[in-house]
Amino acid sequence: MSEAVIKCENVYKIFGSNAHKMLQDANGNVDAKTFQENGCIVGVNDASFEVSKGEMLVVMGLSGSGKSTLLRCISRLTEATGGKIFIEGQDLLKLNNKELINLRRNKMGMVFQSFALLPHKTVVENIAFPLQIKGIKTEDSISKAMDMVKLVGLDGRENYFPRELSGGQQQRVGIARSLAVEPDIWFLDEPFSALDPLIRKEMQDEFLRLQEKLQKTIMFITHDFDEALKLADRIAIMKDGIIEQLDTPANIVLNPATEYVKKFTEEVPREKVLTIEDVMDRSDADSSDLKVLKDEIIENVAEKILTQEKAVSVIDRDNKVVGSINPSKIIQTVFGGRKNNN
Amino acid sequence: MEIIKKYPKVFQWLFLLAVFFALCFAIEVPETYKFIRGQAEFVKDPNQSTFIFLGKEVRYYAFDVFWRLPPLLGWLPIWINDSLFFLMNEWMPMEFWNEDTQEFKTRPLLLQISRNLTAFMTFLIELIREILLGGLETIVAFTSWDFIDAYPWAELPGLPWTIVAAGFAILSYKLSGKGLAIFAGLTMVYISIFGQWKPSMQTLSFILVAAPLSFAFGLGLGIAAFKSKRVEKALYPILLVMQTMPQYAVLVPALVLFGVGDHAAVIITMVVAIPPMILLTLLGLRAIPPEVIEAGRMSGCTNWQLMFKVLIPTARRDILIGVNQVIMVCFSMAVISAFIGAKGLGFNLLLALNQLNIGLALEAGLCISLIAILLDKMSLAWANKQIDYFGNLTFYERNKNLIFFGGAFIVGILLAYAGSFYFKEGFNYLFEVPHNKGISTADFWNKGVDWIFETFFVYIKAFNTWLIQDVLQPMRALYLRMPAVATLVLVVGAGYLIGGIRSALVVCALTLFIALSPWWDRALVTTYMATFGVIISCIIGFTVGTLCFQNKNSAKFMLGVCDIFQTFPSFVYLIPVMMLFGITDTSVLIAVIVYATIPATRYTIEGLRSVPAGLHDAATMSGVNKFQRLTKIEFPLAFPHMMLGLNQTIVFALFMVIIGAFIGTEDLGQYILKALSDKNGAGIGLTLGICVAFIGLIFDNLIRTYVGKRKKHLGID
Repeated sequence: MSEAVIKCENVYKIFGSNAHKMLQDANGNVDAKTFQENGCIVGVNDASFEVSKGEMLVVMGLSGSGKSTLLRCISRLTEATGGKIFIEGQDLLKLNNKELINLRRNKMGMVFQSFALLPHKTVVENIAFPLQIKGIKTEDSISKAMDMVKLVGLDGRENYFPRELSGGQQQRVGIARSLAVEPDIWFLDEPFSALDPLIRKEMQDEFLRLQEKLQKTIMFITHDFDEALKLADRIAIMKDGIIEQLDTPANIVLNPATEYVKKFTEEVPREKVLTIEDVMDRSDADSSDLKVLKDEIIENVAEKILTQEKAVSVIDRDNKVVGSINPSKIIQTVFGGRKNNN
Repeated sequence: MEIIKKYPKVFQWLFLLAVFFALCFAIEVPETYKFIRGQAEFVKDPNQSTFIFLGKEVRYYAFDVFWRLPPLLGWLPIWINDSLFFLMNEWMPMEFWNEDTQEFKTRPLLLQISRNLTAFMTFLIELIREILLGGLETIVAFTSWDFIDAYPWAELPGLPWTIVAAGFAILSYKLSGKGLAIFAGLTMVYISIFGQWKPSMQTLSFILVAAPLSFAFGLGLGIAAFKSKRVEKALYPILLVMQTMPQYAVLVPALVLFGVGDHAAVIITMVVAIPPMILLTLLGLRAIPPEVIEAGRMSGCTNWQLMFKVLIPTARRDILIGVNQVIMVCFSMAVISAFIGAKGLGFNLLLALNQLNIGLALEAGLCISLIAILLDKMSLAWANKQIDYFGNLTFYERNKNLIFFGGAFIVGILLAYAGSFYFKEGFNYLFEVPHNKGISTADFWNKGVDWIFETFFVYIKAFNTWLIQDVLQPMRALYLRMPAVATLVLVVGAGYLIGGIRSALVVCALTLFIALSPWWDRALVTTYMATFGVIISCIIGFTVGTLCFQNKNSAKFMLGVCDIFQTFPSFVYLIPVMMLFGITDTSVLIAVIVYATIPATRYTIEGLRSVPAGLHDAATMSGVNKFQRLTKIEFPLAFPHMMLGLNQTIVFALFMVIIGAFIGTEDLGQYILKALSDKNGAGIGLTLGICVAFIGLIFDNLIRTYVGKRKKHLGID
């Protein structure tokens, strides 16, 4: 893994008038219940994690789980009550206002659930807004913004107002705006939650395409577990401000850490999430001629494997055999997981 | 007993009423008590008691404290007066350079500030007035009288009315479209033809000065309140009082501080017009979705950029609605300010009413109403207009309105020039139709009024007598018969039952202020008139609103009517009632009823409309008939909103009762009118204004608390 772009150490966010004192007294042992009795609400409870360069961390949780609060602490839209946050090694909480503005102007981009477009500006003006705020000349910012318009596929609508666009198109503008300053870090706060299911899927694919191309460091917030599985490099599952589990999608599905996480994973079609590598035997058994790539999603190769009687060899990209997989293992993965839980 | 168990509140209310009436009967009317008329309170009389507080002697007629509380706050108006006098004439004398005499002169600081402010305002008003009407004061201000004598051409000629009319029409077209443009054009032509051009432009120039200044200050204070909780908390009580304070009452202190004339009126208009601007700015900024603010922050906005590039443009509509409010308040103040010598339509109206020339008053009133509607529609159109993209338009398309105005300008000047040849003798009608030289229908109206009087005199008189003798007098006597203690118990008890101890305390403080002022009896008379007006208004408004609601079109029509009527300055309402009922309490009450029915009707319709469509459908599917739906579903749900309407109705009624003093009533308003012509009236006027505001605030507090609880109970918004 390369260096950590975002690094959180014991981050707390507690709402309430005497939050700081309460946190100090609690001595690192924050209990939401006792805090609530004293008029404080715990938003984020002891969050520690790292996001490395080019990685996409999806924070997943239901409403009120503190996921948006966590994101706002890291973008410093709200001040964390305790803990340390480092952005590329810089201590975020120690920055003064000017440095913070500089950081946001050059390093950060954010997409919002309700799009948060400026109603009085056209598409291209909205996208050029962060550039103009930086002080870039109007023509330059507009031409740069036009590139962004093309990137998100809105050419021809650059002079429309937000009110004239559909939800999906508005969010494309939001995405383009957040990318206009070419930030290294990209925050997305439930960007697709307000969209119809069909549009949402289209936007997710579009988003993956963009990320393939841009390779940003991403924190993505969602309440949709399927979305998290589809997009994430790693997933953090939050409940009541606490990160219950932070792991790769496959590991979360295979080894849910808590009962709460398990509830989400029960209904997940494993063949759609897991790769061959996740379920294969490391030993090279007596195998048939068929070879499958270890990075394949099970669903895509299940039919091929199931036609075999013997185990199938698993290879990596260099065509080296790294393990094998039995057809019975596939059947067990697809149907077994759920049976155990009943 | 069942009922009492089921509704414990009913029992509490009954108990409160029982205590109230018991007190009323237990406390005898003192033999010496009679309702004190006229200026009697200021006359020295050996029967009076006196007390001295802070060196001020307060005289009053002493009664049993249960009957009337002694005016322990009697020193307040005197004290305000004296402090004002001290501040203006003695406090902080300083040396100031005098341009005219070329020497230093010692003057109190505040007086100097007031003089400078006055001079500045006068200059602004004159400048705009001379652009519209012509004149030479502005030029003189920059140069000297000698300069004007030497170069007479430098005098501003003023704009021909045709240009102003075209300007209004083109601006209306840009803001809204053809309909408004035609209305604007016709209004201007009407004003000109009927010879009201000069006063109208005077009023307009007044607004052109007062409105932008109020807007700027209101916006600034609104932003400050948005940014700092402390500023908001400090402003809140002032805003609250200013909203229920009759506009009329603030004129008095203005008189003392700034003297008589347009400049004083402009300054005091700002005082009245700024609060609604602050409120709407605050409302607009608060309504911005938090994500938009966050988006601005994440774009790297500094605080300044965030405010002016993100927040204010996003809150554009609410802020422009604030501009609309500012313009309307300025306009109505422009009319009322005639009392302190502001020129313009209001002055003509006041003059006509004083001379009982109903015809002239009607013409001025019609002009005022038309301009009010026009200004209201134009500013609303501006607020509702959405920004368009025009980057891809040609130069002509982008600037066509300007080009048209330029064209109209040239044509107007040419016409006026041509007119100067055509109308060789007398007046150039294409330049400006002078006052009283236009068409006048005054005679016609006056004859009409005479005819009405002659024909219906018997009926009107009979109605008048009946109303005054059988309804108003007994009601007034009842109100005055209430011992002060009983009233206090009733009001505080109501406060406690509705809003608990907090509400009770607030209401108690407000009532005590009035009870301890020297004008408790007057306040009772004001309340009685307002109550009478409010009851009738509510009955009418409620019935009309409910009936109109049955049909979508009629509801829309009625709301439109309410919109239009609401734009008229309250003063205008006095004209038709004086025309029909002469100078009596009946006239005032009818004006009160007409004016206060507007919010009653509007809120009834809006309340009924706000019932969710889903509930409507659910009720229909349960098989209710129209009447059942109305009584079981719509009324209970619309009730809180309708109560807010009651609140507005009370405020409107109070305003009108106070202005009604102009026709002659015996309430607080009469004293305000008197204070206007009294050298030492400032303290009295201000205290009286606060008394009226407090009457409004008592009801406001009770109703709002009730509505808040009820809404929570019903789970609406």
